[in-house]
Amino acid sequence: MNDSREKRHAIDMSALGRSNAGLSLDNEEIAINVNSLKLFYGDKQAINGVDMQIPKNRVTAFIGPSGCGKSTLLRCFNRMNDLIDGCRVEGEVTIEDENIYDKGVNVVDLRRRVGMVFQKPNPFPKSIYENVAYGLRLQGIKDRRVLDEVIERSLKGAALWDEVKDRLHESGMGLSGGQQQRLVIARAIAVEPHVLLLDEPASALDPISTLKLEELIYELKNRYTIVIVTHNMQQAARVSDYTAFMFMGDKIEFSDTDTLFTNPREKRTEDYITGRYG
Amino acid sequence: MSIAKNNNKKIGWFSSGTPWVWISAGAVSISLVMVFGLLLLIAARGLGYFWPADVVMMDYTERDGTEIRLMGENRETELVPLERLLDAGYQLQGHSGDVERHLLKTGNRDLYGMDFRSVIEPDITNYTVPDGVVVIERHEWGNFYGFLKSVKEDGAVIAAGESARAALEQRLERSLLLHDEIKHIEKIEIGAINYQLERLRLKTRKLELSNTLDPQREQQIAAERAEAQQRYEGLQKRLNDLYTQINRDSLVATVADGREVEIALAKVVRIYRPNEMGFGDKMLHYFDKLWEFVSDEPREANTEGGIFPAIFGTVLMVILMAILVTPFGVVAAIYLREYAKQGPVTRVIRIAVNNLAGVPSVVYGVFGLGFFVYFLGGNLDALFFPEAAPAPTFGTPGILWSSLTLAILTLPVVIVATEEGLSRIPRAVREGSLALGATKAETLWRIVIPMASPALMTGLILAVARAAGEVAPLMLVGVVKLAPSMPLDSNFPFLHLDRKFMHLGFHIYDVGFQSPNVEAARPLVYATALLLVVVIVVLNLTAISIRNRLRAKYQAV
Repeated sequence: MNDSREKRHAIDMSALGRSNAGLSLDNEEIAINVNSLKLFYGDKQAINGVDMQIPKNRVTAFIGPSGCGKSTLLRCFNRMNDLIDGCRVEGEVTIEDENIYDKGVNVVDLRRRVGMVFQKPNPFPKSIYENVAYGLRLQGIKDRRVLDEVIERSLKGAALWDEVKDRLHESGMGLSGGQQQRLVIARAIAVEPHVLLLDEPASALDPISTLKLEELIYELKNRYTIVIVTHNMQQAARVSDYTAFMFMGDKIEFSDTDTLFTNPREKRTEDYITGRYG
Repeated sequence: MSIAKNNNKKIGWFSSGTPWVWISAGAVSISLVMVFGLLLLIAARGLGYFWPADVVMMDYTERDGTEIRLMGENRETELVPLERLLDAGYQLQGHSGDVERHLLKTGNRDLYGMDFRSVIEPDITNYTVPDGVVVIERHEWGNFYGFLKSVKEDGAVIAAGESARAALEQRLERSLLLHDEIKHIEKIEIGAINYQLERLRLKTRKLELSNTLDPQREQQIAAERAEAQQRYEGLQKRLNDLYTQINRDSLVATVADGREVEIALAKVVRIYRPNEMGFGDKMLHYFDKLWEFVSDEPREANTEGGIFPAIFGTVLMVILMAILVTPFGVVAAIYLREYAKQGPVTRVIRIAVNNLAGVPSVVYGVFGLGFFVYFLGGNLDALFFPEAAPAPTFGTPGILWSSLTLAILTLPVVIVATEEGLSRIPRAVREGSLALGATKAETLWRIVIPMASPALMTGLILAVARAAGEVAPLMLVGVVKLAPSMPLDSNFPFLHLDRKFMHLGFHIYDVGFQSPNVEAARPLVYATALLLVVVIVVLNLTAISIRNRLRAKYQAV
């Protein structure tokens, strides 16, 4: 019985071979500032007033049990929830000094700055080249040289170039699941967003594709602010600098990943990461 | 124990689903048998018509005892119960059981007043297949069956007996060439001049109406008219010349009963001798006739010649219909599925659209006549074509109104199919596009509609299949028995949307039910029906191949 006071950790951070020691929210530049955000689906409240500061050029992971609102919160950052009938948002989300829920906000422009990758790979039924060019064409870029250059850079950035450079004009639907997900990331970074939202990006992938994706995320964080939602605590521990634990629409705890996984403040966080529920 | 086991077995056989497999397989095979049976029937009945049958000669005792000699093609043989023939007044002593009755195509309508007659087997004597019979297809009076006697030039016999044959072939070739030339001048060249004169008349009238007819313009128009008139006179002279040339030759032939008939070569379409043809020659003749059927214009109240204008009208009308219905249906479906707020109103609209598909087609015809032809067409005429009044331009049935009427008729199919397609596009793909900064309209245009295009094509295939087979509404809004000119020709503006047109479905009805010559027309009904099915199949296959290409291109996840 006395053992229950002893901390049991599901994840041995030292075994992950990474060091985030010394990270502290106080020293970070803030990319996304969430201020008492509430979200309702009709009458049902899905997020109960969340405050959060997401640091710039870092990887922030949202973990929590199914239905805790972590994906919903993520989708607030590029207003994807607008598309759902009966969805209502209160509070503020400030990205680059602008509350994105203000009236005059250009949602199209916001989504260009805040890219998103979804749970299931969703390439368009077009060629690999046209998939990546899609966002650029939307901006009216037609110059072949510019397109070629950006596409090569984006595919290289998404660690896909070597695998597809000889078949850029074949359908993107013909790629494997892991390749498709990296193609979607290439498509997202082609429009040069500042923030990249990843909604359980590895949940439909096999372990090797997952590993590649995680390496990619690690590289991308130098240039982008990344927010990732994941079910997999190992993954959160591996790729993220900061982690938020959410439960029933509340942010329970938010701190640097090492602290959250080795020395959580909250009992509920500890219960979750040690596998007592979720 | 053993009973229980037995029961288990029975239940096992039922619940295994085997009976259902058998029932479904049976239903599928019955459907297939019916489809192929239908096609086989119309193919056999229709295609046999073009085969050059042997011409037979016989002595025949009429019911009143007179003996006549008959010659013709045996078109149909059937068994008739004896009683029925006795009731009809035939003298058939010593017979029992069924009697064979033949339908003989005797031709020579100018002599006998009819093309067909039926004869019964017991009254036939001296049945032969004589050598030297010529079958002459003519521009009027139908086929001629007889024996060639001599060939005349300007009324004087120049060849008779054996030598007549060679002389005839040579002269026929000449007269056919002349005939083609006359037809070309009459239909195309003079047609173009008439069209130009009519346009000049309308132009003058228009200027008069707007009070802008100054002397200079008047002079210009008069000059153009004089020039056209002059060309017309030139052509007329050439025509007169050609007519004298073509009327030079004639042939004399005797019919079965010995009467002599003189036929001008100008009236002859084709001469052949079926009794002397081998199988190869008959095949050649067969395909020649088949080609004439699909490529030529009809003759003799649609019972002879080809049906090309009807094929052309059907296809053109269906294509116009598809061009009109696609944007309409797609836009309506996009609004209903993507933009309209889903609720009771959209539900009512959907029910209304689905019910529109069940409205009898003739009702659409009435609507088309009342709204398109009289209201829209009448107002168009008043606004844009006052110079042609009182003759209507668009205020009369025509191909445009037919296509529009059928477009409305097939609109529900296209809307429903497109909506279905739109609803099947995964949310993930739409969100992927929106997340890249696309607006809803851009997402629709670049991603959703291309992905839904195979479903749209499915709707269009159904629409084409329905529209191509529809006859009833067309009778009210634009189809005619015989159209003087095609809706697409070489006169500016080439596509004449105001013209009436011919249609295969209506052609079947007309030939089958309105023809003065029912026996001659019957095989044509089958042949035309077969052709209509072929046209629909070709149109559908085209649409299906487009759909398959789109599917391969925009294959969903």
